Amino acid sequence: MSGLSELSILPQVLIDGLTLGFIYAVVAVGYTMVYGILKLVNFAHGEIFMIGAFAGTEVLLALQRFGIVDGVNPYVSLLIAILIASLLSGFIGVGIEYAAYRPIRGVPTLILFITAIGLSFILQDLVRMVVGLAKGTYLVNGVELFSGSFAIGGSAVITEKAIVIIAATLIIMIGMELFVKKSKWGIAIRAVSQDPSTASLMRININKVIALTFFVGSAIGGATGVLYAQYYSTITPYIGFLLGMKALTAAILGGIGNIRGAMLGGVLLGLLESLGTAYIGPLTGGAIGAEYKDVFAFSVLILVLLFKPAGLLGKAVKEKV
Amino acid sequence: MKKMNSLAILTLGFSVMLTACGGSNGNSASSGTASPAAASSSSSGEALPVIKLATQTALSGANAEMGIDVKNGVELAVEENVERFKSLGFDLQLLSLDDKSDAMTGTTNAKSLVNDKDVLVELGNIYSSVLFAAMPIYEEANLPVISAATTNPGLSREGWKTFHRVSGTDDTQGPDAAQFIFDEGIKDIFIVASSDDYGRGLADEFRKKADELGMDVLGNEQVDPQETDFNTISTRIVASGAKAVFFGGFYAQGGQFLKQLSDKKYSGMFVSGDGINDNGFLETARAENVGNVYFASVVGDLLNDPEGQVWAAKYRAAFGKDPGAFGVYAYDSALIALSSIEKAISDNGGGKPTREQVNDIISLTSGFEGILSKVTFDEKGDNVDATNFIKTFKSGTYPAEQIKAME
Repeated sequence: MSGLSELSILPQVLIDGLTLGFIYAVVAVGYTMVYGILKLVNFAHGEIFMIGAFAGTEVLLALQRFGIVDGVNPYVSLLIAILIASLLSGFIGVGIEYAAYRPIRGVPTLILFITAIGLSFILQDLVRMVVGLAKGTYLVNGVELFSGSFAIGGSAVITEKAIVIIAATLIIMIGMELFVKKSKWGIAIRAVSQDPSTASLMRININKVIALTFFVGSAIGGATGVLYAQYYSTITPYIGFLLGMKALTAAILGGIGNIRGAMLGGVLLGLLESLGTAYIGPLTGGAIGAEYKDVFAFSVLILVLLFKPAGLLGKAVKEKV
Repeated sequence: MKKMNSLAILTLGFSVMLTACGGSNGNSASSGTASPAAASSSSSGEALPVIKLATQTALSGANAEMGIDVKNGVELAVEENVERFKSLGFDLQLLSLDDKSDAMTGTTNAKSLVNDKDVLVELGNIYSSVLFAAMPIYEEANLPVISAATTNPGLSREGWKTFHRVSGTDDTQGPDAAQFIFDEGIKDIFIVASSDDYGRGLADEFRKKADELGMDVLGNEQVDPQETDFNTISTRIVASGAKAVFFGGFYAQGGQFLKQLSDKKYSGMFVSGDGINDNGFLETARAENVGNVYFASVVGDLLNDPEGQVWAAKYRAAFGKDPGAFGVYAYDSALIALSSIEKAISDNGGGKPTREQVNDIISLTSGFEGILSKVTFDEKGDNVDATNFIKTFKSGTYPAEQIKAME
C-alpha cells in the first residue's frame, strides 16, 4: 500500500477512533464514579451498559412496530429510547448496590470484587436467556435511525450516526462535569469520595449519596448502550464484557476516581485502537495484523502506567493519619 | 424505601435462581425429541435395545439458527425411521447436544457422547473448530462421524478412520470463489478472515488460488471471531480501491462486517463461503446491502429440485419454518448412518452392532443418492461426489439464488 493512501485515511480513522473513544469515555466515567466513592470496581457496570443497549433496542423495535419510528423525527425516537434505557439502567444499578454491595460493605475489597464479577456473569446469562427464549439466538438486530453521511474533505466520510454519538456523549460528559462541580448532590458525591466519615459529620446521608452515584453512573452507562446499539446496529449479551474491561482500563489510565481522567482515558483508548487497526498491518508489512489492535492499545496503556502509576490525571493520595 | 429495597433483593434472588435453572438446561440433551420413540417402546411392554444417533451442533449462540437447522434435519430422518427400527427390534432415538460453537464445550460433550454405549453414530457438526477438538475423542472410541457442514480440509488429513463428510471442503470452496471473482473480471481484492479454523482455512485456500491467478491482494487481515468493530478495516478497504472483498467466517460476524462496509459506502463485491449461507446474514447486514453478495457453497439448490421441494414441505410441516442451507445434508447423512446401521444389524444376525462394524460400512458408502447429495466416501472420508456452487443474495431474500456450478 502506498504511503499516500495510508495518510489519506487518517481523518476517517481519527473520527472512528473518537466515536469509539467517546463511548468508552462515558462508560469509564461510570466505573470511576463508583470507585471514587466506594473504592470498589463495579464489574457489573459493563453489563448495565449492555442492558441499556438491549432496553433501547427493544424500545425502538416496539416503536417501529407501532409505526412511530417512521412517523416522527428520529431524534425523538432516540430520546425516548435513551430516557427509558437510562432510567431502567439507573434503577438496576441502584438495585445491585442495595442488594449485592451494601450488605457486604466493609468486607475486604477482594470479596466485593468477586461479588461484582459474579454479578457480571449473572446479568450476561440472564439477558441471554431472556433474549434466547424469545428469539432462538441471542443476537438482536436493532433499528437504524440515522443513515445519512457527510463527506468532509479528502475521502473522509462522517456518518450521521457518528455525529449523534459524539454530540450525545459530549452532552453527557459536560453534564457530568457540571453536576459534579456545581450541583449540591454533585458536591456531596465528591465529599463522600474524599472522606466519608467527615462527610457524614456534615450531615450528608452517605447511603443516599452512594445510591445516587450508582444511579447516575448506571444511567449514563445505559444511555451509552443505546448509542452503541445505534453505532453497530447489532447487539449481543456479551458486548458489555470486553467493552467494560476496556473502559475500566481507560478509567485507570486516566487516574481512577478522576472523572476527567476517565474521559481522557476513554478517548485515548478509542483512538489507539482505531490507529492500531489502520496501521499495524501496513507498517509491519503484514507480519502483524489488525487482530492485534487490542494488544497494541493495551501495551501503550501499560507503558503509560509504568511511568505514571496514578494515571494521567490521577494524584497520589496522601494518607491522612 | 424499605419495600422497594426488599423487592430489589427478591428480584435479584429470583434471577439467580432462574439463571441456575437456565444454565443447567443449556448443556443437556433435548430429551423432548427422544420421548416419542421412548413412549412407543414402553407401550410395547418390554424395553427394546436402544440405538442412538447423536448430534452435536450449535443450538445456542450467535450461529444457532444454522445449528438448529442441522439438528432438525437429523431429527426428521430419525422420526421417519423409528417404526422401521422397531420392527428390527430396536428403539431408535436422537440425542442432541449443544456445543455452543465452543471447542471446550464440544470436547466435554464428545466425552459424554462416547460414554453412552447406545450412541452408534455422531452427526451434525457445523463448526470445524469444535469438530477438530472432538474428533480425537470420537476416533479413540471408534465412533463414526458423518459431518454435513464442516468444511475445513484439514479434518480429513489427520488420518482419522471415523471421519466422514458429505459436504465439499474449503480447499475447493476457497479456490472456486477466487476463480469466480477472476472470471467476473476483478483483480483488486481485499481479504478479511476470522481467525477460527473455518474462516482462516477458507481464506488461506482462497489466497492460494488468488495468488495463482495473479490477482492483486491489497490487504489480508485477520480478526478475532468475536470482533464486531469493522469500521477502520472498512475505511482501509474503501481507501484501497478493492473491487471485491473476501470474507472467511460465519454469518453473525460477516453480517456486521458487511453492514459497516456499506456504511462506509463500499459498493464492490462481497464474497464468502457457506458460513454466510443463512437468513441471519441478511438480517444483520440488512437486506438493502446484500445486492452484491456472492458465496461459494457446497449446498445445492433445494427448492428448484423436485425431490427437494417435497422434502422441504416435510421439514416445514415438522418444524414450522423453512429449512436452512444444511438441514437437507444433515438429513442425507442421517440416512447414510441409518442404512449403514441397518446393514450392520443384518450382518450381525439381528443383534446390536458395534461402532466399528457401523464405521466400516459407512466408510464403504458409494454412489449413495440422498435428497440433494450424491455420496461416495474416499479413504480419507471426503465425499468425492461433492460439487460446489456459486450463489448470490442479489434478490435480497433467503435462500440465495444459485447462478453457477463449479466442477
